[in-house]
Amino acid sequence: MEKWTKKDLLGLEELSREEIEHVLSTAESFKEVSTREIKKVPALRGKTVVNLFYEPSTRTRVSFEVAAKRLSADVINVAIETSSVKKGETLTDTGKNIEALKADIIVVRHSSSGAPAMLAESLKANVVNAGDGWHEHPTQALLDMFTLKEKIGRIQGLKVSIVGDIAHSRVARSNIWGLTKLGALVTVCAPKVLIPEGIEQMGVRVTHDIDQALKDADAVNVLRMQFERDESAAFPKQLEYFKTFGITSQRLKKLKKNIIVMHPGPINRGIEISSEVADGENSVILEQVTNGIAVRMAALFLVSNSQQE
Amino acid sequence: MSILIKQGRVIDPANKRDGVFDLLIEKGKIVKIEENITDSAQTVIKAQGKIVSPGLVDMHVHLREPGREDKETVSSGTLAAAKGGVTSVLAMPNTEPAIDSESIVNLLASIIKKDAKVKAYISAAITKGRDGKKITDFKNLKKAGAIAVSDDGCSVDSKTIMLKALEEAKKEDILVICHCEDHSLSKKGVMNKGFFSTKLGLCGISKESEYKMVARDIELAKKTGARIHIAHVSCKESVEIIAKAKAKGIRVSAETAPHYFSLIDESVSGYDTNMKMNPPLRGVADCQAIKKGLADGAIDAIASDHAPHTINEKAIEFDRAAFGVVGLETELAVAITELIDTGMLTWLQLIAKMSLNPSRILNLNQGSLGINSPADVIVISPDKEWVVEEENIISQSKNSSFLGKKLKGLIDYTICQGKIVYQSQ
Ligand SMILES: [Zn+2]
Ligand SMILES: [Zn+2]
Repeated sequence: MEKWTKKDLLGLEELSREEIEHVLSTAESFKEVSTREIKKVPALRGKTVVNLFYEPSTRTRVSFEVAAKRLSADVINVAIETSSVKKGETLTDTGKNIEALKADIIVVRHSSSGAPAMLAESLKANVVNAGDGWHEHPTQALLDMFTLKEKIGRIQGLKVSIVGDIAHSRVARSNIWGLTKLGALVTVCAPKVLIPEGIEQMGVRVTHDIDQALKDADAVNVLRMQFERDESAAFPKQLEYFKTFGITSQRLKKLKKNIIVMHPGPINRGIEISSEVADGENSVILEQVTNGIAVRMAALFLVSNSQQE
Repeated sequence: MSILIKQGRVIDPANKRDGVFDLLIEKGKIVKIEENITDSAQTVIKAQGKIVSPGLVDMHVHLREPGREDKETVSSGTLAAAKGGVTSVLAMPNTEPAIDSESIVNLLASIIKKDAKVKAYISAAITKGRDGKKITDFKNLKKAGAIAVSDDGCSVDSKTIMLKALEEAKKEDILVICHCEDHSLSKKGVMNKGFFSTKLGLCGISKESEYKMVARDIELAKKTGARIHIAHVSCKESVEIIAKAKAKGIRVSAETAPHYFSLIDESVSGYDTNMKMNPPLRGVADCQAIKKGLADGAIDAIASDHAPHTINEKAIEFDRAAFGVVGLETELAVAITELIDTGMLTWLQLIAKMSLNPSRILNLNQGSLGINSPADVIVISPDKEWVVEEENIISQSKNSSFLGKKLKGLIDYTICQGKIVYQSQ
C-alpha cells in the first residue's frame, strides 16, 4: 500500500484486499499502545472526533471513544433518539452543524442503511460508519478479522461460519465482504427465514444445519439474536432456536478440535450461545473487545490522514 | 389559427399511416393530410427529418392538486406535460383530500379549467379517503366528470370490497385502475427483494406482492365483467398473468412506466432516492419481460406515473424517502432510447402505446390524426440527444431517475387543440 486514499470508512465492500490488510497492520502497530503505562499517542492531537449515534450502543460508542482518546483526539458524544428524527432536522443538516463546530471526524451509527454514505457525500469531515441498518459495520468485521489473524496467523483459506440472523445483520455483511476478499471460505447458517435472498451471490455457502456449519469451520462468529425485533410468526421461537442453532459445549465437543468462537456482543446467554461456551476456552469474545480499540484507532488514524487522489 | 406542418414523417396508428406528408390544422382540428398542401397558414412548421404524431396521452399522472401544491400543481404539471409532448393527462386521485366526492371533482375540474396547459382528465377514488373501506359514489362521480376510479397508492385490500367496487363499476360502466400491491407481503419494503436489497441492507418488496394482487383483480374482473386496467406493471409474472387473462377474453388492459423497461434494481446502489418508487425497479429478467410484453401486446400502454416530490422528501435516508419519480418530460425520450433505438418497437407501435391505446382505454376521442380529429399533434426530433439535468426540468419537483443520463429524442412542438402549447428553443 502506497498511501491511504479513502476519506471515509463506510464499508468493507468498497475496500480492496490491500486496503483491508493495511487497516489490519496499522491496527497491529496501535495495539501495543494500549499495553503501555501511558496509553496515549499524539497521532490525532488537536483533532475533534464526534460520535453521532442515532441508535443506542454503549459498546461501540465507548470503543470509539477510547480509541479516539488514545490517539489524543477530543471526543464529543452526540446521541439522537430515532423517535425524534421525524420531527427534527435532517441527517445532512445535523452533519453540517457538527462540521460547523469544526469536527474533523464523525463516527456515525444509524438505523437507516446508507445513512453514513449520505453524510459522507455532503461533508468534508471524515465519516466512519459505526453501523448502518442491516448494511455494514466495518470496524466490527475488521476487529473480527484482526482477532482471527492474531489467533491463527492468517485469513487466507480459513473456514469461517457465521451463525444467526443473517438477514438483519450488518455484522454478517461486513464480515462476508472482508473475509471473502482476504481469501476465507465463508458459510452462513440460520433458519430459512433469516437467510436473505441472493446472499450466495456475495460469495458464501448457505446451510440450515448448525452441525454442518461447525464441522468444517476454523472459527464461528455467533450473531446476537434479537427476538424482540420481529413480530412475524415466521420468526423462530427463542427456545427452539437455542435447541437447533445455539452454540453449546455438547456441539463443540463432538468436533474434536479447537474452533474459535467469536461474538460481536452483547451476548444473550442461553439464546444463541451457552454460558459455558461464552466463558470457555474456545471463546475469544473479550479479546475481540480489546482488539476493537486497536482497529478503531487504525480506522480513525487512516481516514484522518487520507490523501485524496 | 391555422398551422401547416410540412414534410414530416407522419406516424398515425389509428389510420395505419407511416409516411411523409403535410398536415393542416384549422380551428383546433386536423383538416387535411396530403403529400403536398399548398394552402397558406398562419404558422408553417418545417418538419423534414422529424416525426409528426398524435399528442401523447398519459393515463397515470399525479398532479398533486389539491393539497400538495408544494410538489406540483395543475399548472406546473401540465406545463411539464406539454414539454414532454403529452397533450392529455389523467390526474390520479391521491390528493389531499382524495378525489372521493362530487364536490372535490368539481373543485379539481375548476382548477383544470383555469390552469391546465393541456387536457387534463380526472380519476376519482374507489373508496372514501382511499382507505379501502367504503366505496365512493361512482354514478355521481362520473356525472361530475370523473372518467375512471382508482385508489392508486395502494390496493383495495379487502377482496369483498373490491368485488363490490367492480360490480358497481360494471353497472356504471366506469374503468377501474388497479394499483396492485398486497401490503401484507410488501410490508415495510423499500426496493425490490433480491440480491441488491440484501447487499444494501434494505427491506425488500417481493414480486409476489404485485402479481398476486394482479391475479386477484383479474379474477374479480372475470367474475363481474367490469373493465379493469392494471397500473404500472413492473415484473415478469404480472405480464404473464395479464397475457393469459387477455387470451381468455377477460376485459383487462395494462400499462407500464418507462423506468421499468430502462432501469433495474441495481440502480438503487448508492442509495439514490430517485430510484425509489412503488412498485420498485426489478431485475434484468423483469425488465426484458416488460419490453417483450410491450412488443407482443400484453402491455397496452406506457404511462409515466409522474410522481413529484419535494427535495425535503427525497434528500433523506433511503428508507424514509418518498416513493415516486417525475416522468412527464422524459417518457418519450426514454421510450425512443430503449424501445425504438433497440428495435423492440416500431414507431407505429410506440405511438400507439403512448397515445391511441390509452385514449381507447379511457374512451377518449384522441390519439388519432384522422380528418376532423382534435388537433393534438407533436413534432419530434427523433435523433436529437440530450442530457437530463435538474435545471431543464420544468416540473416543480426534480426527482427524476434519469438525471445525468443521455437520452435520444426531443420534442420540438406540442400542439393541443390547435394551439402551440410548447415550442423548443
Ligand atoms: Zn400506484
Ligand atoms: Zn401512481
